[in-house]
Amino acid sequence: MNQDLKNHINEALKKGIRLDGRKKEEYRKIEIRTGVVATAEGSASVKCGDTEVIAGIKLNIGEPYPDSPENGVMMVGSEMLPLSNPEFEGGPPRIDAIEVARVIDRGIREGKTIDTKKLCLKKGELVWMVMIDVLPINHDGNLIDLGGIAALTALKNAKMLEVENDKVVFGKRTKQDLPITSMPLPVTILKIGDNLIVDPTNAEEKVLDARLTVSVLEDDTLCAMQKGGDASLSIKDINEMIDLAIKKSQEIRKKLQEALAK
Amino acid sequence: MSSKYNKRTNDRKFDETRPIEAKAGVIKKADGSAMFRIGKTTAYAAVYGPRELHPKHMQDPKKGLLRCNYNMMPFSAEERVRPGPSRRSKEISMVTQKALLPVVNLEDYPNAVVDVFIELTETDSGSRCAGICAASIALADAGITMKDMVVSISTGIIDHQIVVDLDGEEEHITDLDVADIPIAMVPSTEEITLLQMDGKASKEELLKSIEEAKPVLKKIAETQRKALKEKYKG
Repeated sequence: MNQDLKNHINEALKKGIRLDGRKKEEYRKIEIRTGVVATAEGSASVKCGDTEVIAGIKLNIGEPYPDSPENGVMMVGSEMLPLSNPEFEGGPPRIDAIEVARVIDRGIREGKTIDTKKLCLKKGELVWMVMIDVLPINHDGNLIDLGGIAALTALKNAKMLEVENDKVVFGKRTKQDLPITSMPLPVTILKIGDNLIVDPTNAEEKVLDARLTVSVLEDDTLCAMQKGGDASLSIKDINEMIDLAIKKSQEIRKKLQEALAK
Repeated sequence: MSSKYNKRTNDRKFDETRPIEAKAGVIKKADGSAMFRIGKTTAYAAVYGPRELHPKHMQDPKKGLLRCNYNMMPFSAEERVRPGPSRRSKEISMVTQKALLPVVNLEDYPNAVVDVFIELTETDSGSRCAGICAASIALADAGITMKDMVVSISTGIIDHQIVVDLDGEEEHITDLDVADIPIAMVPSTEEITLLQMDGKASKEELLKSIEEAKPVLKKIAETQRKALKEKYKG
């Protein structure tokens, strides 16, 4: 079945069309909302085509890692919820969900999005822990990009919690923002046959030959990458993919800024 | 009996619920889906199926299986909820299934499974009830043959005063006795399909709280129907 789907998508792409009528370099309409979860310290929902992702930030106080006693801790979690797609099953996250979480994590970590030095309460003993969870409500592709946008928006939306006797007071949000210093946007480019496309649907992801996720900072520098798929990429491919990722990141950044300004 | 709880902490009337919002068909990939929000508790439900049940030895040629899964998202409570099933979520999944079973015509789906996935994005008490309300809309949206909807609300008894739709603040009152009583009902027959209680109450109080929940449940049933009609109108 996948072979038929692949031929079909390939034939269409040769004519420059995609199954949903989009152009190759065209993103679906993206809708970003902030503060969608009352229980989270910060939250965002990103809708793009039929994909909808929610990201939520929870904070706590814990021990730092021994090798970075002055730095707050951050982690990204993701699960392919069986609610979001008929092909997913329950159980511990499998490799696809782990990859989504790790690629989003890498972008935020290497982009130095969170100034973790400012999250230290007592050197070597107590630091803030920033827990970012990214979950699809409806999964129709492009979870890394959309989850990444949701995670960054939720971080921007988050407020610190009150502290009493070295413990957080849950539910008591202060007016203080999280120390967010950069917004590295992950952009994934798919290679199907000889074609490069952005913002893939579920069907397109199923037939991909290769993909490259590039996290792009405000000044167009790159801070994280991940290649996926079974096929190899030529230097020329990589060159074109990065150019396209940078171009798309600029468009998405505008949308993100508009949403944050609201 | 006079109660020390003569005014609710949230200023609601004793039989007043938090604002309710319901929407059908919110998850495109699902065969049926719904969002049900009551105050700051939001449940999403997706129905997949009827589809073939695996492993095959679980199949029943006489009827299908209704499988429910309740889950809280990690950011849906004050402290982060560790992903994966807990004893609590397993129990709620089970009582949710039992609450829905009486209305679902599983004889129509031999050898099949109807999967119901419930995800809570935010919770402020009453999450299992919101989950059941969402699941019921989602099942209808999926075209599963049903005798009626199932409606659910949590009632409470705070120092002998019956209150409808406890919120988190009321549930955590410590200086008065609080009983939390989640109820699910089939509106047309008034059958009770879920009944749990956490806390103390006399038999009379309990029966009275169910009686007082009835009109509220029927009103919520209207909201559920409206959500479905909204999706299929025009």
